[in-house]
Formats: sequence, structure tokens, C-alpha cells
Amino acid sequence: MRSVRALAATAALSLLAFSTIALAGEPKQGGILRMYHRDSPANASILEGATYSINVPFMGVFNNLVIYDQHVAQNSPDTLRPELAESWSWSGDNKKLTFKLHQGVKWHDGKPFTSADVKCTFDLLMGKSQQKLRQNPRKAWYNEVNDVTPNGDFEVSFDLKRPQPSLLAMLASGYTPIYPCHVSPADMRTHPVGTGPFKFVEFKANESIKLTRNPDYWKKGLPYLDGIEYTIITNRSTAILAFVAGKFDMTFPTHITIPLLKDIKSQAPNAICAVEPTNVSTNIIVNSTSAPFDNIDIRRAMAMALDRKAFVDILFEGQADIGGTMLPPPQGIWGMPKDKLETIPGYGPNVNASREEARKLMQKAGYGPDKHLAVKVSTRNLAEYRDPAVILIDQLKSIYIDGELDVVETANWFPKVARKDYMLGLNLTGNSVDDPDQSFYENYSCGSERNYTNYCNKEIEKLFDVQSQEIDVGKRKQLVWDIDKKLQEDVARPIIFHARAGTCWQPYVKGITIMSNSSYNGFRYEDVWLDK
Amino acid sequence: MFAYLVRRLFLMLVTLFGISIVIFFLLRVVPGNIVDILFAAAGYVDPADKANLEKELGIDEPLIVQYWHWISGLLRGDFGYSYVSEKPALQEILPRIPITARLAGLALLFSASIGIPLGVISAVKQGTRLDYALRVVSLSGLSLPSFWLGLLILTASVAMFGQMPIFNPNPQTWLEAFATYAVPAAAVGFRSAALTMRITRSSMLEVLRQDYIRTARAKGASDAAVNYHHALKNAILPVITVIGIEAAFLIGGLIVTETVFNIPGVARFLVEAIRWRDYPIVQNLVMFIAVVVVFANFTVDMLYAVFDPRIRYTD
Repeated sequence: MRSVRALAATAALSLLAFSTIALAGEPKQGGILRMYHRDSPANASILEGATYSINVPFMGVFNNLVIYDQHVAQNSPDTLRPELAESWSWSGDNKKLTFKLHQGVKWHDGKPFTSADVKCTFDLLMGKSQQKLRQNPRKAWYNEVNDVTPNGDFEVSFDLKRPQPSLLAMLASGYTPIYPCHVSPADMRTHPVGTGPFKFVEFKANESIKLTRNPDYWKKGLPYLDGIEYTIITNRSTAILAFVAGKFDMTFPTHITIPLLKDIKSQAPNAICAVEPTNVSTNIIVNSTSAPFDNIDIRRAMAMALDRKAFVDILFEGQADIGGTMLPPPQGIWGMPKDKLETIPGYGPNVNASREEARKLMQKAGYGPDKHLAVKVSTRNLAEYRDPAVILIDQLKSIYIDGELDVVETANWFPKVARKDYMLGLNLTGNSVDDPDQSFYENYSCGSERNYTNYCNKEIEKLFDVQSQEIDVGKRKQLVWDIDKKLQEDVARPIIFHARAGTCWQPYVKGITIMSNSSYNGFRYEDVWLDK
Repeated sequence: MFAYLVRRLFLMLVTLFGISIVIFFLLRVVPGNIVDILFAAAGYVDPADKANLEKELGIDEPLIVQYWHWISGLLRGDFGYSYVSEKPALQEILPRIPITARLAGLALLFSASIGIPLGVISAVKQGTRLDYALRVVSLSGLSLPSFWLGLLILTASVAMFGQMPIFNPNPQTWLEAFATYAVPAAAVGFRSAALTMRITRSSMLEVLRQDYIRTARAKGASDAAVNYHHALKNAILPVITVIGIEAAFLIGGLIVTETVFNIPGVARFLVEAIRWRDYPIVQNLVMFIAVVVVFANFTVDMLYAVFDPRIRYTD
């Protein structure tokens, strides 16, 4: 009943947001959009970042070849739109993707944009250029690209090793802006130059980020805003109070937790708020290279002991989603349908029966009421990590596992995980594109940099490639569901829940759409305007 | 006196040298470095990229070499570059210092101007309702953390007036400057004021029981003359000491106050720099704070001589 109410509330809010866009009237030029920023990003280089703390403020500085429609909440193959590319076409064998580029586009420093810039960008991303990115977290996205070849100044082709229709999804991500050849990666960290609707003005660490309107933007009449100013406020209470007091036009996207949303609505009843999935899953990483979790029975027992609904009820007042690796429907495109999901051990509605099975598995492994298994549950020292870890420890008690919380500072988290110095880890995984190629290859393929557990199953890997080459979306979905089910049964990285979060803005802010299956791709803001 | 001054200045230099060693090596003992944190933000670790970046930043060199680079740079006036923003450290630190200095100065002023008079009143009116009321105020000042008080002020101002004091980085007039700094300074200075009040009260009570105070009263001196001329002047030394020590402790309160009120000062910046293990920023800033504290102690010692003519420093 609670989730029905939550869904109804979300639908009503979404409808309100939609009607706001539809009934807003003619957009007005001018005004600075004032927003708070939740923290200070490391730098301004989107290609080197892996947090939406970079995407949100800097996505407006750039353009992609293609982009997800910024006013359709759900990213899908149907919502891909050309941006710097006028159009795209696939070769007959689906191994060559050619883009025709817009002419007359200029970088913010006045230099012309050409196909060479596209090549430079992807050479950087593929690690082929002389200049190197300091960090390249999404190199795996381009594993199937042989080369990027300019055909004259305004056409460019991606030659693939094999068909990969979802390459377009990666290109449409907020993480894939086109960089200029004539600016070094180091300079892009401190003073980014793009072709986008907003020009970079300044970034004062821990203080503010300022963008100004690009008067020479190649999309005539855009952007509507004169600029965007982000004030960095790390204290969430202060930030929200400032929004309530009208000091900001908008909160940082998906920064409002479900309990805090009530506070905002009570203190600022006119604020428009939307709650959407963030496509960030909370999951368990299991060190299966050493005892006791090298025993599949113990891994399976642990996965079967989970009461996912309890997590969702406690942490999100019922407003979060239960699913596998892929974000569950209706917001997720590729998530398993409920009936298939419930066939996976531990996902069934009868938690007690599942735990009874789990206890049998534990007894088979030599544990029971008189001999408990002591484990450390490691996690980062952040509330969104610690809180579910505490619930997990409580739930594991039901199958003779005594958990101890091991809180790890962020600086030490990844080194600790990389050297396999943990038993169980409570982890968050953000998926920047709702596409299996992004999630499977990045998180589960053998040797991938973000495959924290070094899970490696060559059979499943073959299936990754099969689904990746499938052109028919319907057939691909079936394949993806089968893979996702196998990943859960293998206890590769048990998914506990997919989080939801809120974003609020003042009623005079028009043209805001919060993405429903990605919190990384919706911040171009070129047609956002202020009705005041 | 001159020899004493020279000796003190020499000792200060030795102290600062020792502090520089402690700062540098303690920072290296903390697990993780900037490269770990950058890769944590990127969500992966690549050993080869990590090694390259450590080399680029010079943190792969032996610690003693890194220390020498830092200290010799400092002596040449080269403060290095922030690892995070890649801007000169001085350019990052300098604009933030006046903000925190103003806030700290105003907080100390608040502490002294509220704490000393109320402490005197509390002592003079010992055992009265007023004394009890002031003691409750001072006790609450010591108990309430400044971040909580700050949030309370912010929440109340939004709830009652729909307004929120937002930091104005470029106040044009004294009034604007006061409006910008007064509330956070009061939040952070409340604890110091409470402490000052308690010390003033106990010190005054001690002095008020002295024979010379009785003598002064016997010869017909007015209450004001006795309390403020004879008693306070002699009771003030421990108060000055406390205010001096508080100046050093203030940095802790300023960190949370700057965070709650979102003031872009040097205290909050220091915490962020520590979080990122931004060594050049942390080292230079902590060194700067050490210099301030050492000089504050020195100044307090000199003030002793000014307020108490019996104290004369000799070698």
C-alpha cells in the first residue's frame, strides 16, 4: 500500500513537473540560475571524473556528438538526439558508425570545431594519443572501437571490431563531451573550453563555480539563462535551509533524501520536487578469493538472508526499488520483470522460507546456532554506506553470521578493496548509462578496472558479447535478463536495492527534467529559463 | 628585556622548526594520499596510472627529499602548488586568511567584551539571582557546540523571518561587514565568552577577598573604583592568558562555524585540504597557524608586563 502511495505521489509530482513545462509559456531570456553544489569536485575535467559532482556543473560547458533528449526523463535508444553530429548512420555490417557534423560550431575561445576534435577526444579516451588523461575511468566503454577516422572536416567514423549498437548510448552520456585538440588535458582540468551553451568563468575550490552564457552558441537563441552559479555548500542542513529561504533557485540534483523531502515541502510548500531513481545500486561486494566466502554455499546463504524490503522501508520510507544489476522497470529499460526476479533465490516474497534455506546452507558449511561465523563488513565512512551496512549486519544474524562494522575512510577504501583486504563490503555502484554494455563490462567483466571483486566467469562473459551485438531490442532484453539472473545466482555482487532521491526547484524555474534512469546525463540546461 | 626578547625569538624559531617536522611527517603517517583519493573519486585504481601521478606530483620521492623541497621552498618564498586545484598554494590560501582573521578577531572581541564585564558583574553580585542567571548562561556557553548553535540560529532565522544570513565576500561598508560576520562570530565566540566569564568571575572573587580591596573600601573608594580600578586590574592576568589560549583553540570552532555558515575561510579550507591530502596546502596552512599561535603566546607574555608592572622580564 505504501509503495502504491509512493508511486502515486511520484506520478503526481512528475505530472506536475510535466505540466509546468507544457504550460509555462514562452521562454524568457536572462537571469542567473543559482544552485548549491553538494561538494567541491576534484577538477573540471568530465572525462577524468566518475562522480556527478563534475557532470552537474560542467556538462553545460560542452556538447556531445549525440545526447539523450534533455526533456524526456527516461534515457532510452528512442530518446537519442543528434547534437554536434547532425546525423548518424550505421554501415551494412553494423561495424562502422558515421557521424555528419555541424558546421560553423566554435569553441569558446573562437577556434573552429572540426572532426579532428572528435578524433582527439576518442584517442584520449582510448589511450592512443600522445597526451594522456590523468585518469580514464571509462576506457572500457571503447573496447570495441578500432579507430576513429575523420573523413574531411565535418564527418567522422567509428570503426568497430564487432557490432555494438549501444555505443551510441555511451556517446550520449554526460560523461562523453567532445574536447578540443588545442587545449591540453591539464588545462581542461582548470579552465575547460567547450562548444556548449555556457562558458566557464571560474571554479574556486570549496567556494563556487560560475558559468556564463555563450553568446556565440551554435544553437541560435540558446541558452536562455545569462549564467549559472553554483555555491559549494557541503553542509546539507545549511544548503537546504538556504534553498527554503529562497537563496537558491534549485537544490543540487538528487541530493534530497526521502525524509528530508518532507521538511522541504513543509517549509517551502511552493517548491516543485521530483523523486526519481538515481541508478545507483547499494550492493555487497564479496571477497570470494579467501575463506569463508570462497565457499559458494556461504555466499548463497548470505544472499538468501537479505530482506530487501526492510532496507527500502527503513532507509527510504518505501521509496526505493528492488532489482538485479540493471535498474528495475518501469524507469529502468533493461531490468528484469518482477516475476523473473522473484525466481532468483533470496528475491522471493517469503523471506522466512528463504532464510530457512540459507540456514541449511550454513549448516552444510559447518555453521549453526552453536558455531557462528564472524565476519567484518567493511564500508566507507559515509552515511549512505554505513546505514545499510548496519542493517545488513542485523539481517546476517538470522543465519548464524555475526557481523562487525569496519568503517574505512574514502582514501583507503579502493586500495583496501584492490588488495582484497576485506571479507564483505557494503558498496554503492552508480551506472551512468542505463545500458547493459556499461554495467556488465564495467562491473563484471574479467579484469575490468571497476570490477572490484575480480569476479570472472568466462561463460557469462561470452553472453555479454552476445547481448552486446544484438540489434533487436526485444531479443536483447531477454538475453540481458538471463545474464542478470545468472549474476545474482553467482552472488557476483548481490544487489540490495536501487536508491531514489529528490530534487527541488522554485516554481519560476522552467524546463527542468530530472532523469529517471540516470543521474549523470541531464544537465545541459541550455533551455532552462526563469519565469520572473 | 632585549636579551629576553632575542632568546624568545630564537626559541620561537626552534619551535617552528620542530612543528614543521611534526606537521610534515604526521601528514605522511595518515593513510592514503591525494592519488588514492583522486582514484577513489574516479571509482577505480590503476597501478600504472597511480604511479605516474605520484611521480608527477613528486610524492614518490623519499620523505626527507620531499621535506627538503618543502622547507627550502618556504625559505625561498615558494609555497608550491595545490595538488587539487593545480593553482599556486599561496593564491589559494591568501584570500581566505583575512576572512577567517576577521571572524576570529570579532569572535575574540565578542568573547572579551561580553565575557569580562559579565564575569565582573557575576563576581560582584555573588550569590544573587543575577549571578546564578549569568552562571547558567556561561555553563550553557560551554556546553553548546558552536555548530549546533549555528544551525539553531540559521533554522530560527529561516523559520521566523524567512531569511538566512549568507556570507557576503565583498562587504562595501563597515555595517555590511559587521552584518556578515556578527552572527557567525557570536556563534563561535559564545563558548569563549562563557569561558572568559567564568575565569573573570573566579579571578575577581579571589581578588575581592584580598586585604588591599578591604583597605580601599575602608578609605572610602567607590564601588566602581574598587571593582574596576583595584580588583579588575589585578584579576585580569589569568583572563588574558585564557583569551590567548582561546585564540589558538578558536580554529577548531571556526572550522565548524565556517562549514555551517558556509564561509569560505581558511579553517574550512584546511579541513577540505586534509580530506584531499593536499599536502602543500595543509603543510603551509598548519605552519601559518603555528606561527600565529606562537606569536599569540609571545604577545600574551608581553601583555603581562603591560598589565602588571611587577612583571619585568630579565635574562
